[in-house]
Amino acid sequence: MMKYALKKSAMFLAAALLGLSARAFAAPPDMPHYRFENFTTANGLPNDHVYAVLIDGDRIWAGTDDGLGLYENHHWKTFTTKDGLAHRAVLSLALDKRTGDVWAGTMGGLSRISGGRIDSFTQLNSGLSNNVVYGVSIDGEDVWVATAAGGCRLNLRTGQWALYNERDTPMVEIWAYGVTATPTKVYYAVWGSGVLEYDQKTKVWDKYEDPDGETEMVLFKDQGLIHEITSSVSYVDNVLWVSTYFGDSRYDGRYWHNFLTKDSGLPSNFTNNVKGVDANHAWFCTDRGLAYYDGVNWAVYRPSLTTGKPEMIVRDAQGHVTQVAVTTAPAHNYVNNIDFQGGDIWVATSKGLSHGILQR
Amino acid sequence: MSHVLRSRLRACLATVLMATAAVLFAVALWNGRTAGAVVTGRTGDLLTYPSPLEVLFSPDGGRLYVLCNGSDEVRVLDAATYAVIKNIEVGRVPRGFSLSPDGKRLFVTNSWDDTLSVIDTGTLDVTATWHVGAEPSSVMEDRAGRHLFVANRISNDVAVLNAQTGAEEKRLVAGRGASYMTSSPDGSRLYVTHVYPNLAEHRSVPESEMTVIDTARAVVVDRIPQHGIAGVFHVAISADGRLGAAADLHPKNLVPLAHLEHGGAFEDTLTLFGADVGNKTVEVPLDELERYVARPFGVAISPDKSRMYVTSSGSEIVTVIDVPRLLGYVRTHRAPFVQDLSASANYVVARVAVGRDPRGMAFTHDGRRLLVANRLSDTISVIDTRTNRVASTIEIAGPKQLSVLRYGEQTFYTARYSFQGQIGCANCHIDSTFDGLEWDLEPDGFGRDIVDNRLIEDLKDTDPYKWNGGNPNLPTECGPRTELYFWRSENYDDLTLTDLVTYMRSLKPRPNRWKLPGYELTAAQERGKEIFERKVDKFGAPIPLTNRCSYCHSGPKGTNQKSFDVGTKKATDDYAVMDTPQLRNVALTAPYLHDGSAATLEEIWTVYNPADKHGRTNDLTKDELNDLIEYLRTR
Repeated sequence: MMKYALKKSAMFLAAALLGLSARAFAAPPDMPHYRFENFTTANGLPNDHVYAVLIDGDRIWAGTDDGLGLYENHHWKTFTTKDGLAHRAVLSLALDKRTGDVWAGTMGGLSRISGGRIDSFTQLNSGLSNNVVYGVSIDGEDVWVATAAGGCRLNLRTGQWALYNERDTPMVEIWAYGVTATPTKVYYAVWGSGVLEYDQKTKVWDKYEDPDGETEMVLFKDQGLIHEITSSVSYVDNVLWVSTYFGDSRYDGRYWHNFLTKDSGLPSNFTNNVKGVDANHAWFCTDRGLAYYDGVNWAVYRPSLTTGKPEMIVRDAQGHVTQVAVTTAPAHNYVNNIDFQGGDIWVATSKGLSHGILQR
Repeated sequence: MSHVLRSRLRACLATVLMATAAVLFAVALWNGRTAGAVVTGRTGDLLTYPSPLEVLFSPDGGRLYVLCNGSDEVRVLDAATYAVIKNIEVGRVPRGFSLSPDGKRLFVTNSWDDTLSVIDTGTLDVTATWHVGAEPSSVMEDRAGRHLFVANRISNDVAVLNAQTGAEEKRLVAGRGASYMTSSPDGSRLYVTHVYPNLAEHRSVPESEMTVIDTARAVVVDRIPQHGIAGVFHVAISADGRLGAAADLHPKNLVPLAHLEHGGAFEDTLTLFGADVGNKTVEVPLDELERYVARPFGVAISPDKSRMYVTSSGSEIVTVIDVPRLLGYVRTHRAPFVQDLSASANYVVARVAVGRDPRGMAFTHDGRRLLVANRLSDTISVIDTRTNRVASTIEIAGPKQLSVLRYGEQTFYTARYSFQGQIGCANCHIDSTFDGLEWDLEPDGFGRDIVDNRLIEDLKDTDPYKWNGGNPNLPTECGPRTELYFWRSENYDDLTLTDLVTYMRSLKPRPNRWKLPGYELTAAQERGKEIFERKVDKFGAPIPLTNRCSYCHSGPKGTNQKSFDVGTKKATDDYAVMDTPQLRNVALTAPYLHDGSAATLEEIWTVYNPADKHGRTNDLTKDELNDLIEYLRTR
């Protein structure tokens, strides 16, 4: 009997060891590797606190706490209020791909940079609903704006401003943090009011809320938006990506999927920004690093939270976590925004702007 | 005295008289002043004059196209005989035209229809009419035939159209009053000029721009600043691409007119740009110390770049500039030149008198003739570029008799009545509109009683005039007041003044671009109208009669013709009570208020109405204020 027990134990041990070794020697998922080059005031960035980054071909626009930076031909140029910028703090950026004009949402209004000229729209000199512009997005002739007093739309052809707030939309709170506009849908991330959807064809508003209400509990996982306190939206390939300060969500028009640190590779539930690459790939800008999701696996890029040394953490579908040796990382863990330049990424952080150069 | 002697004396006298008449006729012809309409007295009839505005030759030089701004036509003439081949009807008030690079299509901008007429130069028929932006003023096709670029004066942009279908792809943000353009010789860049300055800080130096468009990408790549310049008209680039020149109005609106030195209310200048002037802008004066060339409009550079020609629509002359001497002067002297009215003597080689209101020009292919469109003479002056004299004058067929309105229009556009020929009405009322500037008109001290320039369309029955309502009628406004402050000379006779006033009263409003085709209102405009007409505020309190929008701004033109204190008096104003301005096309006329202190319609209420004296508005939400403005824009 004893002999049988020993034999059984040995078999279990062998199986366990086999399993362990398989795990130990299994290669982590092949996630993109980057070499990060960081920009700070030391090498020309207007200010280290970077809220937004925008790529237009070879031109890099950085919305900082003290001016709008333009990186071109290896040189930074700074636009300030003296140049006509509505405010020194630039919170959001958008490119009108048709005209090449850049729109900057600032703490003091909305600015358009066109051929080097800056025109600023404020709540006093225009129909803009509020000077604090958290988000801006362009669709055709419409400039959609997220402000501290709701959303608004400027039609560039007629010059007409339309305001969207609690009076004419299902917006409970009016603190609009982000907006993404496409020819079919426009989405607003409204702090405390979930996500608002505007159908461009029917001109009807809809709303997506957290089925758990305003609590921080997750009672109905994957049954709706993860939280009411939304910070950004991204709509690509008919899939809506939403970041909140309490986790993130993906919605394909029928099913919701929620992402939390406890069951994903997300480094933090406090997400400042999400940007979808396509229906299955997205980047998450959190207060604890930059995360990439390829539909199955996760990768996190950041300076270590403890040592400050560069690190890359990969998490596979089974939840296996692997540290990948790297020598560079984004400038800071507190990530505000991201944009893409071919295979490269540009990352706005609270301590500089980072250029992630794709290695493989 | 014998009969023979008497006969000889008579014959001698007759010969002298005939010779004198011949000389006088020749001089008159040379001046170009009698050519065109035969004046037999002014008729009160409403006559349609062709009003040639622009001219251009077909690529083979065989045809001359004449854009007739008054009769809404393109007239096609045989370039050798000037015989009419065909008159082609286009849209209302055509303002600009150009040929496609292959010469097969002629594009015409119809400024009051917001359309583009496409003319097949083979059949000379209009083959398409395409919708563009507000008040299209000039058009060019790129070399590849992919895009048409249309400068829209009112929408302040350049529309980019598919050159084959006319479908508008996008609009590029231009400066204010985008109107004229030219292409670099290789076709890679377009340079767009603007008749109004960009909106800027109150009482600051006017700033205009030349918008530069990359034609391959169809995007704005640069904006060349034009500091101190308000209105810019035609722009030309030399065949080698190294020298550009734009015709400018350089106002002196920040100082009282009575205190002006070294020039009058305006300086008439050229902005030079390009490699020949070090790839920067250089502004050079056209005026002389005691002789002005009011309102430069057209610019043409001879094919060999030896000469530059500039029409001055107010002075009714063409200035001829020696380009090497001009460049030599610019290179060897220290800028700025604009204040130096002795400068032009260094490079101006001739002033050629032409017809009334000369505008666009075109060279013959060999460069030996320069044709000048005299809009208000209905003629084209043909200048011999070797002698700089008018070799002949082509009459553009039209009414032979001068009407009261036509004479009034000529009076409005000419600068001949002002001291030293400095300015005319059209200096500040460009193309009978406004100039987007605030002026310090009266000799009451620097910076006192600043006044914004108002639109003069639909002016009839909106008296009194002046912001303080001080002029009871147009004859006072246009007569003694104008002569005192602007012309600084007593010049009009009664008949001239009457004709001028008749012309002013005849000015129709341009189509309102914010009105829907059937004049029904959008939902926002309807809501705004309700606010405009309301009698109680949002708290249910009655709004006093004089504090309602609809009381002061009543009637079809939006004025009850009375004056009120609406709380807008500044420390620099002598008056608090202001005339109620009409609202016609109010959306076009920024800045606002009597002194132009409100940069936008919004600022009238968000900044300058703290005590609710300019209408009860402080109870309105931002949405409601936006609605009110949407309604105002339809007036």
